[in-house]
Amino acid sequence: MTLAQRKRLLMKASPWLLLLFLGLFWELVCFAFQIPDYLFPAPTDIWRSWLEYRPQIIEHATQTLFTTVVGFALAVVFGLVLGMLVGSSPVIYKAVYPLMVGFNSIPKVAFVPVLVVWFGIGTVPAILTAFLISFFPVVVNMATGLATLEPELQDVMRSLGASRIDILKKVALPRSMPYFFASLKVAITLAFVGSVISETVASNVGIGYLMLSASSTMDMGLVFAGLVVIGVMGVVMYELFALVERRMTGWATRGSDPAF
Amino acid sequence: MDLVEFENVSMRYGEDGPLAIENISLSVKENEFVAVVGPSGCGKSTLMKLVTGLAPPSDGYVYLGGKQVAGPQKGVGMAFQASNLLPWRTTLENVLLPLEIVAEYRHKFRREKTQFEELGRALLKRVGLAGCEHKYPWELSGGMQQRASICRALIHRPSLLMLDEPFGALDAFTREELWCMVRDLWQEEPFTVVLVTHDLREAVFLADTVYVMSKGPGRILVRKPVNLPRPRELSVTYTDPFADLVFELRDHIGRIREGS
Ligand SMILES: Nc1ncnc2c1ncn2[C@@H]1O[C@H](COP(=O)(O)OP(=O)(O)OP(=O)(O)O)[C@@H](O)[C@H]1O
Ligand SMILES: [Mg+2]
Repeated sequence: MTLAQRKRLLMKASPWLLLLFLGLFWELVCFAFQIPDYLFPAPTDIWRSWLEYRPQIIEHATQTLFTTVVGFALAVVFGLVLGMLVGSSPVIYKAVYPLMVGFNSIPKVAFVPVLVVWFGIGTVPAILTAFLISFFPVVVNMATGLATLEPELQDVMRSLGASRIDILKKVALPRSMPYFFASLKVAITLAFVGSVISETVASNVGIGYLMLSASSTMDMGLVFAGLVVIGVMGVVMYELFALVERRMTGWATRGSDPAF
Repeated sequence: MDLVEFENVSMRYGEDGPLAIENISLSVKENEFVAVVGPSGCGKSTLMKLVTGLAPPSDGYVYLGGKQVAGPQKGVGMAFQASNLLPWRTTLENVLLPLEIVAEYRHKFRREKTQFEELGRALLKRVGLAGCEHKYPWELSGGMQQRASICRALIHRPSLLMLDEPFGALDAFTREELWCMVRDLWQEEPFTVVLVTHDLREAVFLADTVYVMSKGPGRILVRKPVNLPRPRELSVTYTDPFADLVFELRDHIGRIREGS
């Protein structure tokens, strides 16, 4: 194996090595200080809970994944449209921005009770919370991408007789795709936060609910198993969008590794 | 016939900013090659914006093809110091961009795409970019990008080509090579060119008429016809008449400096 190959292998393996290291460290700490598993379960305890409750966890996780993805999809569509409006018109930009920033500053958990009054508990508030929490980055990134179009490029297009729609279609939109895909990675993780919050407060399905009921019976192993499952789902979705991003906007990193 | 005509044109940015250019009158004949030189910030780029209708004059009149300029002119070719190629398009696709926009071609673009592609290839070959059609702009060197940018400005056979320091960022050898490229393109099939530049040798080598502008607010100080015979070889730049012209222009610029 050459040095370069070895280096690349190390790069690929590095996240797993770190995970392994942290897991071992965690296990060791729990073992060394004899921490009781109803306070802070070791990885092995979590694994045992996973084996024991696997069907329930999977069922609840599926529900959470469903609400998250639906809320996220709504956020993408809505964010894309609003972002396009905000980014292509200075007036709308000025008008909408303060309102949106104000809205985004409201903790969404405070909003869940309102949603419950309107829609009852369960799936709908979870979807809406995921939506509310994740549309903001999409709007902001989309608007930024469109609004930062180089004036010279606009001049080139306008002097060819391009309409606003032409400029949007041929230049502004493709140019803001890297911004858009970057926002998707943020938005999908936020969507998980939203749906789990809502499930914790107002639901009888979903990982959030599972964790809440497990912690009320002091079953910390199950609570942590739930946490790990959310984390894993988040990472998988993130990687999925990172992959899509690399596919769609490889030109933005000029074909090299996305880091400096 | 005069293609471009300025009648006592003044222009300021904003309501009551300082004048960017002041009381400019000039006319450019059809198929004339005009160069504009002057110190940095004297309003050369502003002049270009006025010709193409990207900015309205504050005072006076601008005519293009006998008609008063109101709003962006359609189908003018432009190239700037930065190549402004779209990084998500291949070189060929970049060059073909105007054909997707200009009213005359856009309706038949889909149907006659192969012919247009042939046209693009032929033009790229003319400027020494054969084989680069499917490379992305960031895979080309600065000089190659600039060539592609000029191809993009010419593909739709504009009656007017605006060049704003297109060779400014290039090394001396590449610059001379590109001078010859522009000279040949122009010689083969004449069109009207307005070239903005800092380089007096470039101006004298390429242009029929050189205008010297004063430091801001920009005014036309001197109109200097260049009577060197055409076609001009690069060796003409080492002859005495050429040196005399450059020296004379240099003298005017020098006076601007002292005067300020
Ligand atoms: N968009 C703008 N808003 C306000 N002022 C501007 C703008 N563009 C240019 N100016 C001003 O107008 C004057 C002329 O600028 P211009 O860009 O035409 O100069 P230039 O001759 O092209 O300079 P350079 O050779 O450095 O490119 C400058 O004083 C500049 O500050
Ligand atoms: Mg300029």
